[in-house]
Amino acid sequence: MSEALLNVEGLKKYFPVRKGFFSRVYIKAVDGVDLKLGKGEAISIVGESGCGKTTLGKTILRLYEPTAGKIFFDGKDITHSKSKELKWYRRETGLVQQDPFGALPPFMTVRKILDEPLVIHGVKDAKERREKIYKVLEQVRLTPVEDFIGKYPHMLSGGQQQRLVIARAIILEPKLIIADEPVSMLDASVRIEILKLLQDLQRKYELSIIYITHDISTTRYFSEKIFIMYAAHVIEYADTREILRNPLHPYTKALLNVIPDPDPSNRFIIKDVPPGEPPDLINPPSGCRFNPRCPNFMKGLCDVKEPPFLEVDRNHYAKCWLYDKA
Amino acid sequence: MSDKHLNVKNFVMYYRTTRGEVKAVDNVSFNLDKGETVAVIGESGCGKSSLAKSLIRVLPRNVSVYRGTVLLDGLNLMELNEKAFEKEIRWVKITYIPQAALNSLNDVLKIGDQMIEPLVVKNKASRGEALEIAAKTLKSLGVSEEFLYRYPFELSGGMRQRVIIAMSLMVKPELMLLDEPTSSLDVLTQANIMNLMKKIKKEYKPSMIFITHDVSLSSELADKVAVMYAGQIVEFNNAEKFYKDPVHPYSRKLMESIPTLRTDKKLDYIPGSPPSLLNPPKGCRFRDRCPWRFEKCVEDPPITFLEKDFYVRCWLSVRG
Amino acid sequence: MESRKIRETFKQLFTYKSALIGLLIILGLIIVSIYTIIALPYDTAVELWRAGEKYWLDNPRNALPSWANIFSSKKLPETITLTSEKPKTGVSKAIIPAIGKVSVIRIEFSFNYEYDDFPSELNLFFKAKFNTSSPHLTIHWVKPNGEDIVLKTLSISQEENYYISVDHRLANELKNRISQKLNKSIEYDIPVLASLFAVEDNSIVNPDTVKVMKGIYKLWIEGVIFETDADLDAKLNVYGKVYGWAGTDHLRRDIGIALLWGAPVALAFGVTASLLIAFSNIILAAISAWFRRYIDSFIQRITEIFMTLPFLPTMIMIATFFRPTLLNLLLAVIALSIFSASIKTYRAVFLQVREFPYVEAAKAYGAGNFRIILQYLIPKVLPTLIPSIVLSVPDFVFLEAVLSLLGVGDPLIPTWGKIVEDAFRYGALYKGLYYWVLEPSLMLAITSMGFALLGFTLDKIFNPKLKEM
Repeated sequence: MSEALLNVEGLKKYFPVRKGFFSRVYIKAVDGVDLKLGKGEAISIVGESGCGKTTLGKTILRLYEPTAGKIFFDGKDITHSKSKELKWYRRETGLVQQDPFGALPPFMTVRKILDEPLVIHGVKDAKERREKIYKVLEQVRLTPVEDFIGKYPHMLSGGQQQRLVIARAIILEPKLIIADEPVSMLDASVRIEILKLLQDLQRKYELSIIYITHDISTTRYFSEKIFIMYAAHVIEYADTREILRNPLHPYTKALLNVIPDPDPSNRFIIKDVPPGEPPDLINPPSGCRFNPRCPNFMKGLCDVKEPPFLEVDRNHYAKCWLYDKA
Repeated sequence: MSDKHLNVKNFVMYYRTTRGEVKAVDNVSFNLDKGETVAVIGESGCGKSSLAKSLIRVLPRNVSVYRGTVLLDGLNLMELNEKAFEKEIRWVKITYIPQAALNSLNDVLKIGDQMIEPLVVKNKASRGEALEIAAKTLKSLGVSEEFLYRYPFELSGGMRQRVIIAMSLMVKPELMLLDEPTSSLDVLTQANIMNLMKKIKKEYKPSMIFITHDVSLSSELADKVAVMYAGQIVEFNNAEKFYKDPVHPYSRKLMESIPTLRTDKKLDYIPGSPPSLLNPPKGCRFRDRCPWRFEKCVEDPPITFLEKDFYVRCWLSVRG
Repeated sequence: MESRKIRETFKQLFTYKSALIGLLIILGLIIVSIYTIIALPYDTAVELWRAGEKYWLDNPRNALPSWANIFSSKKLPETITLTSEKPKTGVSKAIIPAIGKVSVIRIEFSFNYEYDDFPSELNLFFKAKFNTSSPHLTIHWVKPNGEDIVLKTLSISQEENYYISVDHRLANELKNRISQKLNKSIEYDIPVLASLFAVEDNSIVNPDTVKVMKGIYKLWIEGVIFETDADLDAKLNVYGKVYGWAGTDHLRRDIGIALLWGAPVALAFGVTASLLIAFSNIILAAISAWFRRYIDSFIQRITEIFMTLPFLPTMIMIATFFRPTLLNLLLAVIALSIFSASIKTYRAVFLQVREFPYVEAAKAYGAGNFRIILQYLIPKVLPTLIPSIVLSVPDFVFLEAVLSLLGVGDPLIPTWGKIVEDAFRYGALYKGLYYWVLEPSLMLAITSMGFALLGFTLDKIFNPKLKEM
């Protein structure tokens, strides 16, 4: 793996919430995350809604300012840079959001939507912009280009809209793309098309991609490494194949156990599901955050001390007391 | 045929919009034995939600065609007028859990007050009796009865969904319609709710129509499967056959596009998008995206029966 | 907004009858305004409106509009003007030299009076050219029945006006004459006009039964001029009770001029005020909603201060102290409304739009704050706001009218509000001159209705939750 393109250390993002007139509490959406990403690498961040994965993605993009921790991109510390100083960073990164229709301004044509990033980043020559727009539309296979250029978002299908969003994200030739649930709002038959497109683009242009999702079954077709998030923490990290084959953390195990494949015998099996719900992030449980639901709960340890992020196998980490050799 | 619990035949529902007539439910037929669940699978815009709503007669304002036969335990629901339907069927024999049900609770009313409404309004029970039934039902679903006196925002997503399901169970329905009941829930909670539905199936034995776009999830409850495409059922099969070896080209391509966890398989997607329900094309509606299409497909494919009353709507299955 | 969207909106608009009526009204007002500005330029109009009696002298006072005759069983008279300076049928003038420098001059006016009602006034105007010796005249009146009555004998100066209808001495003389003729005593003071124009029988005894004698009337002047170059011209005005398409006011001015000019004034004032105010409100609301925290608080607090100011009383105060011109009034209205309550409504919409994914996407590809506000937030929000902007136009039209009505509007320009003010001040309602109040009020009402119809229909199109299927 080449030198890290993105280096996130101890990242925390808290959102203040006013409880009473004088008191303030914080939603600790991301509470201490480390992450390294190399050039041309694709990783997944998997977790349920509310676990902080979306916040993590947006904080990495500096749409939020971190509450604590550091973010290094291409060697530069961008943790507390002001928006004016981040213009170059915006050019180097791209965002693909979950809702393809919502991500597109309904009153702009395809041409204008793709023109905007170019104009903002100073591509003055209209001919040059036109060329770039045509090129990127071909890359995402919205062809014939002439048919699409004058259309408005509502005239496109969901899949086409998402391809346009991807086109917009790559038109400045960024180094890093963050795709936040890029296919969850698309029909099943279209999802693979989009994921394949992202995969092709990644290989062709050596793009680094962070793929955020709640659907772990899509990750094996897409990314090389997976980070599993639970309640604002990363609780397991390994190569994709490794995690799917050999999950270590009890949460990951439960997750993989519970996800159905299309199998008619499913309806006769009552699955073993950890009870309860993910914790509230204002006052998470002390110690390991999964402890109230964990089948391997060890009283006196799991509810008292937060487990360290341990390397259990080669390049396979888990945040769990079960693997503490001590 | 007549001993089926639910028998839907040639069920049609069209409605008018400023852009034309939407053929949302276009001649749909399927059936269920008592206690069975049929999963209605399809992608967005195929008409599956319209199907559920039409069965419980929650119709769009500009409905233009509404006909067919819906036999519930021998009684033809389509012959009942609105008053009789409201009194005897809706939320008495048939209940409906809508999409995004978490937001179906009224935020300014206490849970208990909302739950007892169907029973009290239809004079099936007094307020006190209804509250007791509500408490018991909640308990059986794993929700403490103290939540009767709380407001919806105080409950988590999973608990709210349980409340909605409890509301359905309270009236002891013969038929439950579930429209994407777990769509906004996280995976573990979804599994919990599925476990719950399996227990309900065993204990109360209602017939269920389980509508979802998630093919893998549908296998958690389905005894039978109906695949909807562009307002029509293109395949109606039993679960064992369907999940292992689907017949209709659309079903097959759909299966191919679903990533699985436990098996390694090659994934493929279906290019293009489903036709609009405003002006569905003549002939087979899937032919533009079907890799096996041939000349005959420009005509409406007939229904070919597979075994018993399962069928598929495809020229490829027509022998001779 | 793209042109395609505008075309689509218009197509939808035309499906609503109410919108069509509204658009027609507004179009009509625009056409009238353009015509008025071209045919009767501002300076001319102001001059005319301020011109004194001299300019309007040929018009009757407080006359109804001519078309009132269509609805009245009594045919009301129109004004008849005969002048010896312009020879035509009914006018004759002759100068006959007598002895030496002396000449006899005879001017004769004759007209056919077929109306059912008496004239409102009768005036005779003389213009004489002479050096030192003024001409000496006798004025005769001949009724259709042939009776000749001497009205007055007089020597005239170079400009002499004889207001026949208010000559009290003449009134008494004529009353006695009639009394003698009928051998009855008449209990009431017969007005000159009645004596001169009425049928002289028992009907004249009671003021309620007085009838008009129809036929050919003559007024002839016989005079002596004492210089060779002397000359004399006379003009007879038999004032009617109807005039023009809108009638006249207390100063004999044609109300039609003010009604016409009211249109461009109302449109300009209403539309300019509502557009400029909406524009500033929208920008402030967007800035407030986008930047939040201190800027938001700041703008909101200022808005709240302005909200506590009572708008109309403040406007009245400003208008009373400064007596502003229409333009300054417009500026004052705008200045008071830059931070109006609409900011709160618009801000609520912007607060929603700022959370949309495409706004976040714009931030992610580096769009700056003002770019987002102007090109991403406002275009999304604008269609929703257009109906309320259209609907606010009548508010400002009425504001100007109210200020004029209260007497603190622009004193120069004739506007609809001004007409109503004049009417009230001169007791139009007490005197039964309803047209004077109704005409401008109707214009105001129609203008409001036009914008209201258009606005409500636009609301149905742009805010479809309110639309009925």
